Amino acid sequence: MKVTIDGQEIDVEPGTTILQAARMIGGESVPPAMCYYSKLKGSGGKCRCCLVEVSKGSEADPRPMPKLMASCVTGVMDGMEVKSISSERVVDARKSVTEFLLINHPLDCPVCDQAGECDLQNLSFKHGAAKTRFIEEKRTFEPENIGDKIQLHMNRCILCYRCVMTADQLTDNRVHGVLNRGDHSQISTAISKAINNEFSGNMIDVCPVGALTDKTFRFKQRVWFNKPYNAHRNCTKCCGKTTLWMFGNEIQRVTARKDVYHEVEEFICNECRFDHKDTADWVIEGPRKFEKDSVINQNNYTREIQPVKIETEHNILLGRDQDRKKISMPAVPLKREEAEIYKEGNV
Amino acid sequence: MATKILLEHANVPGIKTYEVYRQNGGYRSVEKALKGMTPDEVVEEVKTSGLRGRGGAGFPTGMKWSFIDKKSGKPRHLVCNADESEPGTFKDRYLMEYIPHLLIEGMITSSYALGCNLSYIYIRGEYMWVFHILEKAIKEAYAAGWLGKNILGTGWDLDLHVHCGAGAYICGEETALIESLEGKRGNPRIKPPFPAVSGLWANPTVVNNVESISAVPWIVNNTGAEYAKIGVGRSTGTKLFSASGHCKNPGVYEIDMGMTVYEFMNSDEYLGGMMNDRPLKGLIPGGSSVPILPSHLIYKTAAGEDRLMTYESLADGGFATGSSLGSGGFIVYNDTTCVVRNTWNFSRFYHHESCGQCSPCREGTGWMEKVLHRIENGHGREEDIDLLWDIQRKIEGNTICPLGDAAAWPVAAAIRHFRDEFEYHVRFPEKIKDRNHFVNEPFEKVKHLVVKQGSVSKS
Amino acid sequence: MEISNAKQVINIDAALTARIDELLSHYPADKRKSALLPILHEVQDAHDNWLSIELQDKVAEIIGIKPIEVYEVVSFYTMYNQKPIGKYMFEFCRTSCCAIRGSEDLMEYTCNKLGVKEGETTADGLFTVVGVECLGACGYAPMLQLGDHYKEHLTKDKVDALIDDCRAGKVELHKLTITE
Repeated sequence: MKVTIDGQEIDVEPGTTILQAARMIGGESVPPAMCYYSKLKGSGGKCRCCLVEVSKGSEADPRPMPKLMASCVTGVMDGMEVKSISSERVVDARKSVTEFLLINHPLDCPVCDQAGECDLQNLSFKHGAAKTRFIEEKRTFEPENIGDKIQLHMNRCILCYRCVMTADQLTDNRVHGVLNRGDHSQISTAISKAINNEFSGNMIDVCPVGALTDKTFRFKQRVWFNKPYNAHRNCTKCCGKTTLWMFGNEIQRVTARKDVYHEVEEFICNECRFDHKDTADWVIEGPRKFEKDSVINQNNYTREIQPVKIETEHNILLGRDQDRKKISMPAVPLKREEAEIYKEGNV
Repeated sequence: MATKILLEHANVPGIKTYEVYRQNGGYRSVEKALKGMTPDEVVEEVKTSGLRGRGGAGFPTGMKWSFIDKKSGKPRHLVCNADESEPGTFKDRYLMEYIPHLLIEGMITSSYALGCNLSYIYIRGEYMWVFHILEKAIKEAYAAGWLGKNILGTGWDLDLHVHCGAGAYICGEETALIESLEGKRGNPRIKPPFPAVSGLWANPTVVNNVESISAVPWIVNNTGAEYAKIGVGRSTGTKLFSASGHCKNPGVYEIDMGMTVYEFMNSDEYLGGMMNDRPLKGLIPGGSSVPILPSHLIYKTAAGEDRLMTYESLADGGFATGSSLGSGGFIVYNDTTCVVRNTWNFSRFYHHESCGQCSPCREGTGWMEKVLHRIENGHGREEDIDLLWDIQRKIEGNTICPLGDAAAWPVAAAIRHFRDEFEYHVRFPEKIKDRNHFVNEPFEKVKHLVVKQGSVSKS
Repeated sequence: MEISNAKQVINIDAALTARIDELLSHYPADKRKSALLPILHEVQDAHDNWLSIELQDKVAEIIGIKPIEVYEVVSFYTMYNQKPIGKYMFEFCRTSCCAIRGSEDLMEYTCNKLGVKEGETTADGLFTVVGVECLGACGYAPMLQLGDHYKEHLTKDKVDALIDDCRAGKVELHKLTITE
């Protein structure tokens, strides 16, 4: 099947969605996706970030689709023409969705462990406005303890349902879900039950925002100061292939390996994630690469780094010298009347 | 001049019971269809009738039926949408409460046409007494052999049950209704796949409104061609309108499509004019989701033609100067109504009823309610009016299901037609402190205070 | 989700079990979850009109689904109460059609008369007053729902009489006999 996205043509299998086709093309035309997750059945369609304009339905029925379509759940048709970043309507819709997702978001990136690898942060950089138009009080939720491994920050949640699907599809006894309705919907176990299934940690990896974070990594490090390495170990429960987030020789966090769309390549078990923080437990394969606009890349060590000359001491001394001149009176020429007052000691 | 199709026997004493209903010609359509017609012939009759879905969208019922997937060989289901929750609409309740067997007869005939063996009526939980009425009527129908195994000796089986919701407007959306019928939260599904292919328990399913299904017996008995003779153009047959608000005679009325809005509003047989003879300020012709019409666009379209009670005429002029027939919830407002307060009221409703699945609706409905609440309570800012316009614009068309649109349209229409009222609220907060501000002093009297500053018309 | 610590005596008696079985029989044998909503109504009616977590767990066990599936549903639909409420819950419709016909004034009147705020229960546990969204009685406004009944075309006098009837124990909430 031939489909054209922003003027770029590609041949895809029947059953491919517009988003998947766009990802095959890559680049600027790939719509952002906050809720869709290719490894989770039934995901997608909810966040509305990936809306695109279908300007030609198909070769057989060339009529344009009147509404913007969620590209993650809309299958391609032969001859379909899609406008993603090239459509003003689409860009406007992405801005709208970004604004909606942010109005009740706490915007607490400075203290959020997800900052630097957060899809909502990336979305806001790209499509967000500098100023909010929302002057009402933000919605908040009571904190809920869901166990000693996973931290739930409901205020940050965008209700993508990924963690619910993860629990449904990876574990056999889901104890958390979406409770309540409308803008009071929340991820909860209802009775503060600990989520301690062997694969529950994957909820952290699939969460696009900082709603579910690793308690064992909490406040330990900004992710861009960590150096990620691919590593593996022999695990009886999962593939054992992970990314270790190192600081010096310390393993501060273990996650599954994620692709450029922040989707895990393979899910991992809680033992690998939480219980092996010793480098002796792992075979380290080498450093991981990141997409070029990732915040983590600011700390990139794969390219040659120019030596930085540290002149702190010199600069400090320079500053002190200036300060000394300013505050030591005799060095500063006084006006005549000032000099008189100074002499009379009548300051 | 009014044909009575649905309410023909509504006033017959005891029509609720099986015996009386049967004596008045009840269940004849089942006999006629099962003994003398193929399922496809029944579908054809409904197609010919031009009957359009009475739930609000107005999609041709016969065509919807023809989409049902018969090839897959999976069991098929007919589900009746009796989750009537659109503010201003209470016609289905009337039908089910007073003539429950008509719906059951319609369900049997329609299930036969679709080749279903298991069908459901999904009724809103608040109509609990109607739920019991239907349960009883279904038991009577089983006892009389209209339901169950081998109906009328044809070898065709049908089980029909009534299922109750529990308080969620969103379950009136057909895929949310199906989810709810499966015992889940009423979250609308992403379409496609459409229910006609994958609906209840992933089986092909048709969801029809109570009124649509109740019209089927008459169509089968009297032919689709006869039905199509009633009405005007593509608005065929009769339609139930439920009237509420400031009219003299609120209630449920069956009228031939094509009556003028003026006659319906003013004839003593119907609404009988305005309560206490106060001036008419606005009209919502099709339930809370459709745009409100200001007084000068109610009886005449923008083109100066008589506004008729048809799908086409009520929509004439698009949303700029028209509205929509919707579900037939006719809400009449007089000059004591505050449009801002009323719009806030609707926004609160949609905020409360949003399922919370998709971002524009979950976040946008709440935002609109908060802004409207501020304006109505004297804390509005001049820029809030444009902000509101922008929020509704950003919700509309960007959501999973039509609830987002339904929340956006009333706000858009209110700003479009009554912008000066919003400006009055923003500029004279001290005059709107009392919640009944326009009861005490109708807007017409204070309108001069709002200096028109070249309001932007955004239609 | 609202979790009440109040204790609830759980009593799924023979009659209720029979009714649950009847409801379950309306759905295919492998689709027992479909009966969840109607069953919750019946169970709630038999338990002072509210559903504690323990009771929800019990329903999950009867149907054979996970407890979280029940919590998700109970917290979504407004008719399920997650905390104890008054014996007589006056649910005033406050949506447009009722609002313009005086439902707000009437609810305020009722609240003042009973000495509670909207959403609260009287100290004697007899009455709860809440505002709800459209109940589909727009032409008969103002109105309220009490148990399985609608009370329509309300006036202050009618509310007074209704409160008196409730106090006198003359009001049947559920399982009305259908009169022709």
